[in-house]
Amino acid sequence: MNLASIPPIPVDRLRFEETIHPGGMWSHVIKRHTTLRLTDLEGGANVSVLLYNPLFPSERYNMADTLKGQHIARLTKPYCLYSDMGRIFFSITEDTCGWHDTICGVSHAEMTLAQYGEGRFQELRNRFYRNGYDNLLIELEKWGLGRKDLVPNINFFSKVTSEHVDSGRLIFHVGHSKAGDLIDLRAEMDTLVILNTCPHPLDPAPVYSPKRVKVSVFTSEPPAADDPCRLSRPENTRGFINTERYHL
Amino acid sequence: MSETTYTTSPLKPEDAVYDFTIPAGEPWIHTIQKGQTFRIVDLEGNQAVDTLFYHADDVDERYSASDTIRAQGSIYLTTGTKLLSTEGRVMLVITADTCGRHDTLGGACAAESNTVRYALEKKFMHNCRDNFLVAVANWQGPTLNKRDITSNINFFMNVPVTPEGGLTFEDGVSAPGKYVEMRAEMDIVVLISNCPQLNNPCNAYNPTPVRVLIFN
Repeated sequence: MNLASIPPIPVDRLRFEETIHPGGMWSHVIKRHTTLRLTDLEGGANVSVLLYNPLFPSERYNMADTLKGQHIARLTKPYCLYSDMGRIFFSITEDTCGWHDTICGVSHAEMTLAQYGEGRFQELRNRFYRNGYDNLLIELEKWGLGRKDLVPNINFFSKVTSEHVDSGRLIFHVGHSKAGDLIDLRAEMDTLVILNTCPHPLDPAPVYSPKRVKVSVFTSEPPAADDPCRLSRPENTRGFINTERYHL
Repeated sequence: MSETTYTTSPLKPEDAVYDFTIPAGEPWIHTIQKGQTFRIVDLEGNQAVDTLFYHADDVDERYSASDTIRAQGSIYLTTGTKLLSTEGRVMLVITADTCGRHDTLGGACAAESNTVRYALEKKFMHNCRDNFLVAVANWQGPTLNKRDITSNINFFMNVPVTPEGGLTFEDGVSAPGKYVEMRAEMDIVVLISNCPQLNNPCNAYNPTPVRVLIFN
């Protein structure tokens, strides 16, 4: 999808926007039929995301169900982000980037130190070097969640391919996401979103350089009978039924 | 690590300190001590063995599919693979593998995902998630619950990923008698569901028993 053809968010639908500090964290309960737009402002961003049912947080984003149900190994429009209970958290309704990773996890403190060197608050103040693992835990703990709730995450705006179907060797694609690239996630049920913008764990850059990301929340139309995500695969048609029944 | 690596083991089943055959479609939960070797044998060929590992001293530290894949730079598990925990520590190392490829992206089947993948009416078919839940609910060791059921390994399962980003459940590459063996680098709780799935070829449409052995 071409960036130029994405219309701006209508003013009467926009709820609020925030720009996330590079490497920073954010969390919010996105309400059903509201869309969360993530925009890579500078290019080369990574947004690590976990999703939970706010009412029953033992229901959470499930990488395996999302991938195998839709026969995909990457996320893009018109696919859906599934919980482990056969329900859809988000449908991907717009995507200018074309590929988002969900198999490589997040960076940890030791690897951040090894790759970028020491970057403490004492010297760098709020540009100190953060890692995805600790940042996920900080934001999870704010909602009463913790280590038991860590599961394979999404890395929006990052592309990691399997080199060959026989080798399975992973290749990280530098420069995949461009300035202005965006993805729209339409909530099919109330969803607690936990995210941070630390670099992807396979990003080879020698310098710690997370990017600024904008989050925008706007109301959107409920999916119609001919909604492209609903009809993208028979599996997703059933996923929408499961999610709609949950609200009855 | 890239290509599949077939390796045999010098260990003989008669030397095992533990030897049990898990019937088709049933769960199994057990402990493995640091330094012991754990072998799973695909007795009749192409049986998916859904497996989770926990650090016995701190079960909140558990097997991490994403850290394991990322650290070795490839998505399939075989000889030499280090099975990493959520904290980046090595839990077990695969020391022998006569099958050659094991999956850790496909996850476990569940009643709920079966309704999405196949049909709403298939909700009541037996599945791995139910096995995992009944095993942990009744486990007398450190408390485990649904929050501890995370992305598992599927030993003997073949789930190729294409460069274009596609993923399918293919016919298995395993065969009768194939085994995978791993050495524990910490005290482990191992949780297995011997998969009962009948709707795709992960068990060659015929769930069968598997044998588990532990060696000192």
